[in-house]
Amino acid sequence: MKWHRHLETNLTLMTVAVLITVAIGGIVEIVPLYTIESTIEKVKGVRPYSPLELAGRNIYIREGCYVCHSQQVRPFRDETERYGHYSLAAESMYDHPFQWGSKRTGPDLARVGGKYSNEWQTVHLEDPRSVVPESIMPAYPFLSEHLLDDSDIADHLKANRAVGVPYSDEQIEQAAADLRAQADPDADHDGLLARYPKAAVGDLDGQPDRLTEMDALVAYLQILGRMVDFADYSTEDLQQ
Amino acid sequence: MASSAAAGKATGASTRSAGADAPVQYNEEVIRVLIIAAVFWGLAAFLVGVIIALQLAFPQLNLGLEYTSFGRLRPVHTSGAIFGFGGNVLLATSFHVVQRTCKTNLFGGNELGLFVAFGYQLFLVMAALGYVLGVTQGREYAEPEWYVDLWLTIVWVAYLVVYAGTIFKRREPHIYVANWFYLAFIVTVAMLHIVNNLAVPVSFASVKSYSLFAGVQDALTQWWYGHNAVGFFLTAGFLGIMYYYIPKQANRPVYSYRLSIIHFWSLIFLYIWAGPHHLHYTAMPDRAQTLGMTFSVMLWMPSWGGMINGIMTLSGAWDKLRTDPVLRFLVTSVAFYGMSTFEGPVMSVKPVNALSHYTDWTIGHVHSGALGWVAFVSFGAIYFLVPHLWKRERLYSLKLVSYHFWISTIGIVLYITAMWISGIMQGLMWRSYDELGFLQYSFVETVEAMHPFYVIRALGGVLFLLGAFIMVYNLVRTVRGDVVAETRPEPAAAASPAE
Repeated sequence: MKWHRHLETNLTLMTVAVLITVAIGGIVEIVPLYTIESTIEKVKGVRPYSPLELAGRNIYIREGCYVCHSQQVRPFRDETERYGHYSLAAESMYDHPFQWGSKRTGPDLARVGGKYSNEWQTVHLEDPRSVVPESIMPAYPFLSEHLLDDSDIADHLKANRAVGVPYSDEQIEQAAADLRAQADPDADHDGLLARYPKAAVGDLDGQPDRLTEMDALVAYLQILGRMVDFADYSTEDLQQ
Repeated sequence: MASSAAAGKATGASTRSAGADAPVQYNEEVIRVLIIAAVFWGLAAFLVGVIIALQLAFPQLNLGLEYTSFGRLRPVHTSGAIFGFGGNVLLATSFHVVQRTCKTNLFGGNELGLFVAFGYQLFLVMAALGYVLGVTQGREYAEPEWYVDLWLTIVWVAYLVVYAGTIFKRREPHIYVANWFYLAFIVTVAMLHIVNNLAVPVSFASVKSYSLFAGVQDALTQWWYGHNAVGFFLTAGFLGIMYYYIPKQANRPVYSYRLSIIHFWSLIFLYIWAGPHHLHYTAMPDRAQTLGMTFSVMLWMPSWGGMINGIMTLSGAWDKLRTDPVLRFLVTSVAFYGMSTFEGPVMSVKPVNALSHYTDWTIGHVHSGALGWVAFVSFGAIYFLVPHLWKRERLYSLKLVSYHFWISTIGIVLYITAMWISGIMQGLMWRSYDELGFLQYSFVETVEAMHPFYVIRALGGVLFLLGAFIMVYNLVRTVRGDVVAETRPEPAAAASPAE
């Protein structure tokens, strides 16, 4: 091991050798994900989050939902029967950051959208054990009390655009109005739904006159997994 | 020759400030500060761990308040344990080891050292406060937001300057093996931290940022970071501890110099590839999954090479395990390291992962590493350092060290066995079908089934916390200069070692 003497007597040489050694693995594994086109499936329907959904997603992140809930259905029989179609890379292509999770203390949420009513989601979040007695989820009653802070929602869309989410100028201009319209049962939703198809609109939290954090979180949960219509694709279509 | 170099190296590590030159004035104040911080964060992290373990068994303990819910406290526990406890132990021991093995004091002196020490505490406080208030990036083990990340980057660069600067002005021709590991830890963590936390803030007045990466790319970048937080923060750095404190405490040279070279380079090369095993069967391309699995299995070899090197250092001194509970902590930690670095490659094999992933098995695996390896080797180093740094003849009580050891060990065993059973059971329940071909269990039935194991796990955590309180009491009495009169049957009983 005489050759090693050169390394262990020279700090610069050692540091450079370490840096090269630890850089290789990451470069070989990660870089192709950006350059190989087949990484993300070409499917229709995946769109940026509506302003209210984005605000809800930020509450999901803030409360650390990802520490107990995954958003990634694996291609196993039991998982596709329990949760629905296995997850595609395309479905999280606008997720900054990704929320695939690593633990299922609670069930996977990748396709929870549309499975339960808005009312169920609200009641369950406020007091999980009132609808699922065996649940060990924390209760989030404060989400229905806190008004949603939407003062800088356009800036959030702009920051997303800066990292690659294709929000249009129109979407950014309309961000504040879209956010309020989505949770307002009396608003005109046509423009919003043209910009954000399939968005859950109306009275989301059972309090039509208040825009709460619960509205935002329910809007987010209700779009999860619903953007891609899997009736349009066969398994072969999705293979890369 | 290799063997003579090894012997020379080991004695280099085991002589104090001796040498032909004038005695060195080592900077020890900063190490004392960091040891106190490590003990504080350790207690805090273990305590929060017990609380969130109890929350999983008894959900009413979430209190329905935003600041006390599991989702916000869990990062306080993980960051507190990894970066608070582990990080401070690494800073303290690296500053100690680098001065001793280079026979020189810290580059930048006490001032720069203290800047690193207190700057790092500020990072930890900002991170933990953020979690409780709901400020998080939502990426595991990289939760701190952009402004906290920037501050840590400044502190980390200062740390590298102090560390590398000290090696640069060393008065020993060779860089001792422990320093290779610390150096790889500092350099690699810098690389991982900077790349993984690239993000665009909403505005300079906003605490919120959006990751530069999305979806599948974000996932792989994050687990490249996440797995190597294990590989370099919790492994390479702590192997630096192993390579200095085990030879010191056992008063033996490192078993094999040649093995340490192979161990070092193969470990740091292979570890970085293993991240994708956190993403098996996800939407990440199979190519990356297969690479991650293959390298994870290969990683078993350098891990065990290191374990052998650590344990065999006791050759000819096995009897000390009977009489020296501090050495027992150090050596048991290496045994736990061997166990969890065997379990890890097994879990990275895709069909095993199909069962284990998303379950408590992963949590058990992490804790056999975090409690058995990281915390035990840290306890050993702390017990070594405190009498040394506060200039006390010895620890207040070795019997208390022994109690700490056994209570913690029982705690760990309860913890990991409960998680094995709970994890494997839940994985099997998720995939079980009845005779008609329907899923046999609803999700919440699997949650219900885990309850007894969550209670046992919490009990294991309580024991581990109790052990830590015993340590704190022992250390406080040691610092105060107290020595208990213990009638130990030690040297007499060990008069003629069996081996």
